[in-house]
Amino acid sequence: MPSSTPSTSFFSGGLRLRDGILRGWTAAVLVFLYVPIVVLVVYSFNASRLNVRWTGFTLGWYREVWSNAPLLRAAQNSLIIALLTTVISVILGTTGAWLLFRYRFRGGRAIRTLAAVPMVMPEILMGISLLVFFASVGMPLGFTTVVIGHVTFSFPFVWLAVQARLQGLDPALEEAALDLGATPWRAFCYVILPGLRPAIVAGGLMAFTLSWDELIVTFFTASAASATLPIRIFGMAKVGLNPMLNALSVLFVLATTAAVIFSAHLRKISR
Amino acid sequence: MSAAVELRAVTKRFGDFVAVDNVSLEIKAGEFLTLLGPSGCGKTTLLRLIAGFELPTQGTVWVGGEDVTDRPPYRRPVNQVFQSYALFPHLTVAENVGFGLRMQGVPATEAAGRVRQALDLVALTDMDARRPHQLSGGQRQRVALARAVVCQPRVLLLDEPLSALDARLRQSMQLELKRLQRQLGITFVFVTHDQEEALTMSDRIAIVNRGRIEQLGSAHEIYHRPATAFAAEFIGAANLLSARLVRRDAGSVRIQVAGGLELTLPSASWPGAMEEALISIRPEKVHVGRAPIPGANGFTARIEEEIFKGATDHLRLATAAGTRLQAVVANESALGEIFHVGEEICCGLHADDVIVLAAR
Repeated sequence: MPSSTPSTSFFSGGLRLRDGILRGWTAAVLVFLYVPIVVLVVYSFNASRLNVRWTGFTLGWYREVWSNAPLLRAAQNSLIIALLTTVISVILGTTGAWLLFRYRFRGGRAIRTLAAVPMVMPEILMGISLLVFFASVGMPLGFTTVVIGHVTFSFPFVWLAVQARLQGLDPALEEAALDLGATPWRAFCYVILPGLRPAIVAGGLMAFTLSWDELIVTFFTASAASATLPIRIFGMAKVGLNPMLNALSVLFVLATTAAVIFSAHLRKISR
Repeated sequence: MSAAVELRAVTKRFGDFVAVDNVSLEIKAGEFLTLLGPSGCGKTTLLRLIAGFELPTQGTVWVGGEDVTDRPPYRRPVNQVFQSYALFPHLTVAENVGFGLRMQGVPATEAAGRVRQALDLVALTDMDARRPHQLSGGQRQRVALARAVVCQPRVLLLDEPLSALDARLRQSMQLELKRLQRQLGITFVFVTHDQEEALTMSDRIAIVNRGRIEQLGSAHEIYHRPATAFAAEFIGAANLLSARLVRRDAGSVRIQVAGGLELTLPSASWPGAMEEALISIRPEKVHVGRAPIPGANGFTARIEEEIFKGATDHLRLATAAGTRLQAVVANESALGEIFHVGEEICCGLHADDVIVLAAR
């Protein structure tokens, strides 16, 4: 072993030590992040009703999730709301960032700041203000109000991602497209949009995951019929922890992971 | 034949800054015209006005005999090669070159043929499937060129297209651009701050300074007959000296140059009422030797500095009266005269080589 030979310098020994510490640290962080999820996955197959003791393997909890109609309904609601939120956020965020980047007008900077505020606004405040707003304009709570609520805090993420990408884009690209006979709209579609794709994918994924697991704003803006999965789970957890929740959570994690992998794939092919 | 491009009394202001100041310019069909000037002189704005990226504050822009002032860039029969090339990174070389044809709705089979021709023209036939980031700087430059000429524009605009290339590549591209221009017969409008580029390629050069065209003419005209001090200094080197009229004789004038040197010029070269003027003398027009120079304004001067540059010898001279002049001597033979600092030599200046510029 080289480390035991006397010729090994102090330096390389020090480096090896530092290497070890860094490796240990990284492992600790990963354990910290993933052990709860692993425990969750393991116990979702536990035959016992109690989470703390392992009594045997079962798929029963998954079967129970599958036959729980209100739960499936809530999952469906969540998916529809998340997809709608993603589509609307992508459209709003991309066009908003483009217009502010491309056309200078008065108040542009103020608009940029105002659009970013919902990202940092406490969700409870957003929820209450949206509820008050919908009540004051006489809008009944339902899918529409939930989607509006989700879009307000999701689209700034698309906006910021696209804006950052735009800063790095050669401004002559658009001019080159115009020069070659493309109308401004076609220049945007054929040249700018492909250039923005990685940012749009990243921002869209962000919007999707934000909407998918959002609880507080949804709580204030949803009706009973439009309740999402997080709302349903929260309601069940209040009554008491049920291993079915573990199974449900695993499915939730799988869906989110799938979305991340899908977007990474999208980004790879757009490169 | 109508002009390929015409600017009529065009002014462009950005806020308080006047980028282009009442410029009128006629570019002939099929010529290679260079807009030459220092950075910030307005040459790029002139190009952008022709392309349609800027709208003139005043005046009109004509292309091929039509007023295109209010037409957007995508409805003008001009194409541009951008300084950054602005190739579309997500498209292949062939798709980049075919972009303009696609936008014009040219059928795919015809477009493919024209793309191939354009790539042949710039010797990139085998690169059609590559992406811009897989190409060298010189190759990208050629793609940008092919992309612009494939649409068969009336006018090709080139915005410092060679500035990103290394010196050797730049020289070969200069010749290639000139060849391409002759071959295609397209009017080229070329923007540069590099006088050598301008001299190598242009049929005519427009010297641009502070938003105005100081002089428009062939390289020969501008070099030998600069209209302004700026033009004289921007192309080649020049001794710029102030001079005043001493006396007027029949057919000739006697002037005194700053520092005391007196010269005799034909009276035609000195405008009538003028008392003072700026004169320009090219350094290589100052003839030097050990014997008096015949047939010229002769004087003696002391060599204050000598810089040997191989093909030429650069001398800084001071006349007995105190006028300072730069002179450039060609080293014609290995055993040519060797000049030493401190030496008194004979100098001669042909009256024709003294350019009288308008008073400051």
